[in-house]
Amino acid sequence: MADVGCIRFVLDGETVELESVDPTRTVLQYLREDRNLCGTKEGCAEGDCGACTVVLIEPGARDAELNVRAVNACIQFLATLDGKELVTVEGLCRPGEPLHPVQQAMVEAHGSQCGFCTPGFVMSLFALYKTQTEPSRTAIDDALAGNLCRCTGYRPIVEAAKRMYELNGSGWLGTAGSAGGSEHRYRQLKSLEHDDDIALGDGQRRFFAPASSESLAALLDAHPQATLLAGGTDVGLWVTKQYRDLDPVIYLGRIRELKEVAATDDGLSIGAAASMTDVVPALLEHYPGLDELFRRWASPPIRNAATLVGNIANGSPIGDSMPALMAAGTELVLRSREGRRRIAMEDFYLGYQEKDLKPGEFVERVIVSLPAAGSLLRSYKISKRFDQDITAVCLGASVRVENNRLFDVRLAYGGMAATVSRARGAETALEGQPLEAASFDAAMDAVEADFTPLSDMRASADYRRVVSRNLLRRLFLDITAFETGAKPAGVYAYGRTG
Amino acid sequence: MDARAKPDMTEPAVGRALPHDSAHLHVSGRAAYTDDLPEPRNLLHLAVGMSTEAHAEITTLDTTPVLAALGVVAVIDAADIAGENNYGPMVHDDPVFAEGKVEYVGQSLFAVAANTVDAARRAALLANVDYERLPAVLDPEAAVAAESFVLPSESLSRGSPREAIERAEHRLSRRVRCGGQDQFYLEGHIAMALPQEDRGMLVYSSTQHPDEVQTLVAAITNRDAKDVVVVCRRMGGAFGGKESQAALIACIAAIAADRTGQPCKLRLDRDVDMVMTGKRHDFVIDYDVGFDGNGVIEGVDFVLASRCGMSADLSGPVNDRAMFHCDNAYYLDNVHILSHRCKTHTVSNTAFRGFGGPQGMFAIECLIDDVARQLGEDPLTIRQRNLYGLESRNTTHYGQTVADKVLPELLSTLAETSEYTKRRAEVADYNAHSPLLRKGLALTPVKFGISFTSTLLNQAGALVHVYKDGTIQLNHGGTEMGQGLYIKVAQVVADEFGVGVDRVKITAADTSKVPNASATAASSGSDMNGKAAQNAAQKIVGRLREFLARRHGVSEAEIRFAGNEVHVAGERLAFGELVRMAWAERISLSATGYYKTPKIHYDRATFSGRPFFYYAYGAAVSEVIVDTLTGEHRLTRVDILHDCGDSLNPAVDLGQVEGGFIQGVGWLTSEELCWDSGGRLTTHAPSTYKIPTSSDVPVDFRVTLCEGLANREDTIYRSKAVGEPPLMLALSAFLAIRDALATDENPHPPLDAPATPEAVLKAWQGGFL
Repeated sequence: MADVGCIRFVLDGETVELESVDPTRTVLQYLREDRNLCGTKEGCAEGDCGACTVVLIEPGARDAELNVRAVNACIQFLATLDGKELVTVEGLCRPGEPLHPVQQAMVEAHGSQCGFCTPGFVMSLFALYKTQTEPSRTAIDDALAGNLCRCTGYRPIVEAAKRMYELNGSGWLGTAGSAGGSEHRYRQLKSLEHDDDIALGDGQRRFFAPASSESLAALLDAHPQATLLAGGTDVGLWVTKQYRDLDPVIYLGRIRELKEVAATDDGLSIGAAASMTDVVPALLEHYPGLDELFRRWASPPIRNAATLVGNIANGSPIGDSMPALMAAGTELVLRSREGRRRIAMEDFYLGYQEKDLKPGEFVERVIVSLPAAGSLLRSYKISKRFDQDITAVCLGASVRVENNRLFDVRLAYGGMAATVSRARGAETALEGQPLEAASFDAAMDAVEADFTPLSDMRASADYRRVVSRNLLRRLFLDITAFETGAKPAGVYAYGRTG
Repeated sequence: MDARAKPDMTEPAVGRALPHDSAHLHVSGRAAYTDDLPEPRNLLHLAVGMSTEAHAEITTLDTTPVLAALGVVAVIDAADIAGENNYGPMVHDDPVFAEGKVEYVGQSLFAVAANTVDAARRAALLANVDYERLPAVLDPEAAVAAESFVLPSESLSRGSPREAIERAEHRLSRRVRCGGQDQFYLEGHIAMALPQEDRGMLVYSSTQHPDEVQTLVAAITNRDAKDVVVVCRRMGGAFGGKESQAALIACIAAIAADRTGQPCKLRLDRDVDMVMTGKRHDFVIDYDVGFDGNGVIEGVDFVLASRCGMSADLSGPVNDRAMFHCDNAYYLDNVHILSHRCKTHTVSNTAFRGFGGPQGMFAIECLIDDVARQLGEDPLTIRQRNLYGLESRNTTHYGQTVADKVLPELLSTLAETSEYTKRRAEVADYNAHSPLLRKGLALTPVKFGISFTSTLLNQAGALVHVYKDGTIQLNHGGTEMGQGLYIKVAQVVADEFGVGVDRVKITAADTSKVPNASATAASSGSDMNGKAAQNAAQKIVGRLREFLARRHGVSEAEIRFAGNEVHVAGERLAFGELVRMAWAERISLSATGYYKTPKIHYDRATFSGRPFFYYAYGAAVSEVIVDTLTGEHRLTRVDILHDCGDSLNPAVDLGQVEGGFIQGVGWLTSEELCWDSGGRLTTHAPSTYKIPTSSDVPVDFRVTLCEGLANREDTIYRSKAVGEPPLMLALSAFLAIRDALATDENPHPPLDAPATPEAVLKAWQGGFL
């Protein structure tokens, strides 16, 4: 089977075919520099401010369904657009046309001041408009978590998010909800799909987008120095901030089998190309206690691009997925041309940015254990800001309560050591003990011996030490609250609606 | 009403909640910022090579590898500067490119001009630079100890503070700190310079102060002011950060354009922007206060030490304003203020919304809080007892009479509408029964002086053209950074001509249209440019009146301009028709306008006089909940009552109040600037520097503008400036957190700003040991 030497995507309705592409050229560079579409702005070039937000539309899992998702153009590589429709702020209303309901609502609610963040907000609101029809204030806040505005104080933007549903737009883009319902679009996008591997470049550096896990293993075997690209929410910064030359880049996003999220006998199997947005509902089905964690896990544009496996394989000591999933019990399936092997998450991390991963090997999927009867999983993320912040300390805790005693205690901390790791001493202190404050007091003392945290700009070592203790107290309160149906511990249940 | 109905353009515009003039462009991505302008042929992109040392001699600066890099056309350094190597607006201590030594991490050493942005930025990292390290002063406390200052310390005194403090029944002294703040405008610094014929230089700059950019570009490239034109249609936010320091970026672009003869653009990457350009000054504040049994302040001594960074920049007036606002809304009979302007080997701090005012108010509001807790009284009671009096006790420590009688009533109204007393009891009750989560409540006022403290800056110019079809072009010296200045001034001009705002085209700030304009700063934009533009419009309207009166044989007073028409002697004439007639009669349809703020005078040597034309007021009540296990907190309800005088545009003003408040909350809670031991800023991107997001805005957020409260001074339509004052309403959020932490055992929780979860937990526990 011959490789396909081009990518094809739809830009604001028009099909674009590119044969020569710099593998790390970003969508933002392409829009602003190659297409003179300057409505999309660069605010930070690291996916943290949302000024560059654009929307991607892809055929969904069900027939005629379309997924409408905001992403950060500043760290999304152009070559990953193959098979997708890219909608920009200019695409929502052509010159001379009336404003899109989202845009009109922003004008009427006085939602722009300097206007620089506005196109990004418009696109995040557009994604919300297409995917929900009566969002609560909390749902609106969550949808806007990846967009920073320095002028308005957000109130008028939130108002616009309500008002946009009162306005009538035209066509599919201008109709709220109805993520499906555009046969034409669906067919147009489906016509771009193919099962061939893609290989192209710009004459200097190469980009591969294999269509199967097998092709991926072969490619990685041939190019062990290759950079594996899934969501690109970290790799993007290697390019925009560190100016690294990546060659070749192998993109996982076209491998259908790696996008799968499925419950198996072993647990929940999550493929390396499944985005957080696709993974979170499945995880929450089994672990509803992780709702706040995943709400606060980066932002919608990041979750739409980023993969769970990428977060795990990246192995940052402050990755937000790992404490909870390590506590739940998670195994990684590593694949190479030679075959597959399985490894527990805690054994995968050897040291700071050091992993048990051989050349030519990649993380194909992870398998998250399903909860045992009577068990409870909680994760607490502590950071300076509620939304889109990087963890100072994060606790993932799994316990099973039986006859008012604690069993199968698994505690994993992020931000406390060179890797996310288990708090073995604290686990031992709790195992088999009665569900009462004194047991947790002992664990609080034990956790101090488990870690020697560092100071950095996110928190001092002292703060991390004290909070790592105190989060066990919160865990105790939460288990108790769970038993009595009281409000969860912490302040985030306050001052939010819906 | 149909939500999409267009505003009626025949009604007077002033006082209406019209949308921002560019709103339809913002939302559709068609508002052009400097980086969106069409790029000229041969454009070169620039990047800056930066110092990696806080304080060092440069022993080697070898840019050979930079020049050899792919796509590089030129390397520009201090040797390429034809004029003076300085962009310091007041004191000439800000080199564009370092010469001999560096004084902060991020200081510009040289610039690279290349064919692409990427090539320039990559090449800028390739220089071989060797340093010989010198001792570095990295914070204000160390600077005070080393007597390291960018400007002489200043003091201001009234009465006999020492005696009053010693005599007083009660006495307290404490040290409090408030952090700095990055402006975090969403559009980073940018400028594009285009060489023109005959030594001309056209500069598109994202700047609040085109005149100063013009002056400095001329000086640095050895040109005359007449040769340089600076244009700015809009900025993607500025907040003071583009008042003086936009000139650095524009100067580098102009030097490179001058040297290469090609257009050059410099756009800073976010991290570079945050490392290289200045921020709000962080302050260390000591106070010693004496007060009576009622909590009335009898004497107070403040020592303020601020981080100015490596150069003076605007630190003089910033710190002056801090001294002026150490009273906030309170009468200080006997007071001494000593202000140190600390030189540190960090980036030179600059203007940021409030301009020293927030730090001065932070000092007095923390102090008042302490006084109240010392006496076991509600802080609001103590605030009310210390407010400026209506007839007596109404002169500030710098000698200005507080003539408005706004605040006492504003405070009691807000206390009532926010149910302060009832909620105070509820908070106390909650805390009595909640071992881990605690609530807090605080009401704080704001009194903010309006005018540049440097009297000479309080002048403005405008230029108005009326075209033969009856449409109008408006220009003035003010810049648009999102604050709605352009729509407000257009509303004023439209009403002078009696036409709809849609007939007034608002044009870019341009030094070739209005010369010698002050920075758009000090909240004065609408006050000054509104008056100047009104003056220009009135000149033209006057000529039209005179013409019509003559033509119809009526008095000028009988002529009325309204609804796109002119009413004269029972006749109605379309405005456009009148204009064509006037043109045919050879009447000038263009005029300049001018305004200087009246009544102000101020002697900097004695810190006395009337530096401010008037005061703007407001007050806020914030309620918070705090988790004492982690220090995390949420703002659960905020009530604000703010005085905009007779608002020119209530929608714009409401936006300033809400946005200013939330920005202030960021300053005082989540936005933390961290430097490491080498003087490197470690929070230099939104990943590590956290401004508020939508979730941080209280769900219960009740903001009201005072109704029917005309400015007692003759400002434009009796409105009041609104850019800066609301930021300081956020002190209520900080003090609410402090309130939540205060207990009988620990009445003065040692909470400094920003109140990050770590700072809160530390204050709650009294340290981490």
